[in-house]
Amino acid sequence: MTSTAITSAGAATSEGGQELRSRADISQKELMREAGAVLRMSESAAAALADVATDVGEDQSMIINMGPQHPSTHGVLRLMLELQGERVLRCKPVIGYLHTGMEKTGESLTYMQGGTNVTRMDYLSPLNNELVFSMATEKLLGIDGDIPERALWMRMLLSELNRMSSHLLFMATNGMDLGAVSMMLYGWREREEVLRFFQKVTGLRMNHNFIRPGGLAADLPAGWRDDVLHILDMLPDRLAEYEVLMTGQPIWRERLQGVGVITQSEAIALAATGPILRSTGVAWDLRKDMPYLKYRDVEFDVVVGAHGDAYDRYAIRLQEIRESMKIVRQVLDKMPMGDYRIQNKKVTPPPRGRIDESMEALIHHFKIFTEGFKVPEGEVYVAIESPRGEIGCYIASDGSAVPYRMHVRAPSFVNVQCLPHMMRGGLVADAVAVISSIDPVLGEVDR
Amino acid sequence: MTDSRGQSVTFVTSSDYISVIQQLYAEGFTMCVDLTAVDYLLQPSRTVPSDVTAQRFEVVVNLLSISKHERMRVRLQVAEGGSVPSLFDIHPSTEAMEREVFDMFGISFDGHPDLTRILMPEDWDGYPLRKDYSQGRIPVQFKGAAS
Repeated sequence: MTSTAITSAGAATSEGGQELRSRADISQKELMREAGAVLRMSESAAAALADVATDVGEDQSMIINMGPQHPSTHGVLRLMLELQGERVLRCKPVIGYLHTGMEKTGESLTYMQGGTNVTRMDYLSPLNNELVFSMATEKLLGIDGDIPERALWMRMLLSELNRMSSHLLFMATNGMDLGAVSMMLYGWREREEVLRFFQKVTGLRMNHNFIRPGGLAADLPAGWRDDVLHILDMLPDRLAEYEVLMTGQPIWRERLQGVGVITQSEAIALAATGPILRSTGVAWDLRKDMPYLKYRDVEFDVVVGAHGDAYDRYAIRLQEIRESMKIVRQVLDKMPMGDYRIQNKKVTPPPRGRIDESMEALIHHFKIFTEGFKVPEGEVYVAIESPRGEIGCYIASDGSAVPYRMHVRAPSFVNVQCLPHMMRGGLVADAVAVISSIDPVLGEVDR
Repeated sequence: MTDSRGQSVTFVTSSDYISVIQQLYAEGFTMCVDLTAVDYLLQPSRTVPSDVTAQRFEVVVNLLSISKHERMRVRLQVAEGGSVPSLFDIHPSTEAMEREVFDMFGISFDGHPDLTRILMPEDWDGYPLRKDYSQGRIPVQFKGAAS
């Protein structure tokens, strides 16, 4: 670790060695390594690349900050860009401005309370966060095969609706970042319809803590089917409107096509998942390739791109909304009756009605909510497909009622690593389009 | 190779860490989806295979094979103050993850191109996810504030 004095940024905001170092302070080898390692080539081969500028004089480039307070960085993402005129020569994301120690907090919350913590990480797909945490806990408990059918289908319904709401918000922010301000209003409007359903089911628009180890917090409310059908009937026309507004528009295409290109091998080397990996043509979707819940029993397609550019990532997300709607429709047909949580006294609190008439039920209820339930020693890693890619949960248990270590593999945290690569050689005006196409959620990047 | 709740886990020593990862890469585990660590300070007598000496820290690497649809977890024991060879040359995706482990646990990675803190401020004292760094008892550090 070397700490280098930064001359360009003010001392009060300096993050020292975390910042992008000026060209004079780094060796040619380090410069080439950044590009070469990702492309899997030696430094000398990277130097031969036409898009790596090596002959930049000290007075020809400048390092500027984009963010952390910038409307187009989707939160407190700070990018340090080295520019030569309009061209981005190098880029380095500086993160951590939203770090709140959630993994440390997770070590003091019981498995029952843990959902309230993880749901706040990726705040645009809270139900997927809860789902992966619950599935990891269930695997440690050894009850992952005993979850009732209805609970699995309900989880799938919520997970897919959450994917829709998250992608709708992407449509809004992506439109806004590129100047399609009406798209921003449309996207938020449609997302609100989905959130209204969540509010009816879980009581909250976001941060639901509804999917819990063992099942869900409550059954679906009366009339849920009509509400879901309302969303499914409304959306196709609205999506068609988006197509008219954006997909075919020459300006939209000009702004996105060929921008922020990443190849298949680079995406795999950088462990990019979700729409970024699929935009390069890899048909990798955990719902299809490593099915969990009931994804084996539903028909849907994995949407892939061909060019790995920002336009493909936009088109994939738009089409994934339609695929999610397809899944939700099948869930409506196949939703079985039955329990919405496992009837295992160890992890499930007794029903509210029993508490009034049974002393044991009252004690039991009290114990589960104060002490929590003990989870056998061991460690697991469970991953599911969140709207942004593979979200994984690694839990190490020491046999007590709180996780010994709880780590979340956040898709945005890993995907943000693609930024320097996608931006290299591009225009500074395209930087906003590239950030937007990654769709990072900073709550999850920094945790 | 051992089994943890139906998942494949390999324990490695620091001397064969790189060669095992390279061999797994050749077998198709081309994506390193996650790299993290655990501080087992409070659980010294945890269950590990008989030929593995448990140390304070453990680096946990989760690999994914897209071609075979398989996952593999690699666990490496690291003593306090020890360092680990960086996986950056095999898996560039570990760049940010190794920085996070360095930031949170103070485990250093040899050969990492840019081993700096990533989530905490650069001049932060201590490693927050260590078990002897208790939350709430350590005063919040503010940069540049008069104390």
